[in-house]
Amino acid sequence: MSQVPLSHILVVSTALFFIGMYGLFTRRNMITMLMSVELILNSVNINFVAFNKYLYPDKLEGVFFTLFIIAIAAAEAAVAIAIIINLYRNFHSIDVEDAGKMKF
Amino acid sequence: MSASAVIFYILSFFILATGLLAVTSRKIFRSAIWLLFSLTGIAGLYFWLQMEFIAAVQVVVYVGGIVVLIIFSIFLTQQSGRDLPAPVRSRAIFSVLAVCTGFVLTCVLLRGYAFGRTGRTDGGQTFAGPVASGVPAVDASVGTIGAQMLSTSEHGYVLPFEVISILLLAAMIGCIVIAMKIKPDEK
Repeated sequence: MSQVPLSHILVVSTALFFIGMYGLFTRRNMITMLMSVELILNSVNINFVAFNKYLYPDKLEGVFFTLFIIAIAAAEAAVAIAIIINLYRNFHSIDVEDAGKMKF
Repeated sequence: MSASAVIFYILSFFILATGLLAVTSRKIFRSAIWLLFSLTGIAGLYFWLQMEFIAAVQVVVYVGGIVVLIIFSIFLTQQSGRDLPAPVRSRAIFSVLAVCTGFVLTCVLLRGYAFGRTGRTDGGQTFAGPVASGVPAVDASVGTIGAQMLSTSEHGYVLPFEVISILLLAAMIGCIVIAMKIKPDEK
């Protein structure tokens, strides 16, 4: 582990973040946008764990932040999918361009 | 280059390649499966960093929970055999430009910043790398994590733990309320 410098892990997580960002920009389907958001959250988790392991090996703060982010991501995915299913019931499409109305 | 470094580069190539396929694949079901591979690769990266508990949580929550939920919702809302529409060309070009600019900018910033190498001082506390610090590394086992998460002392995380349990309860109730079907005679 010590042979790989911290900056290489950070470059990998940055690349993953921007891959997720690209998906968020180009996709117009809500489920694929949700997948991109999951990639972005995971890149942040890699950062937290790597910083904890390399810079503060005597503490566990990064681990806790990662665990809480994973819990919030799970809650967020569940709520998003409930909203997507409700939207599909009303519009018969989950494209963000088709969902122009908030109240119907 | 040692075996550990080779494993890291293989893992990161795997994560990035499958992640890229997940955001560019035209079939939504394949996209979900590529996301599954990418998340498994990230769990492997946590194993490589010797954070076994985080890796286990990653596999259980992401691979076993969120991806399965996504696949279920694909089956409920899409004809999964049909191709997704291709992104608008101008939007794709500008997204690639924005993403590449951001990536290069962040990499330049990362190159210029010495992470703990110089023993920089900040507020009287010396920041040093893991080798230089001399503090014994804490053992990141489930027992240590659990004891600190539920401790009420200075570095305990019991308050965020309780807050997150309330959040999960609220999310659960919210999901049921949002996805509940209103019967036509009650409308």
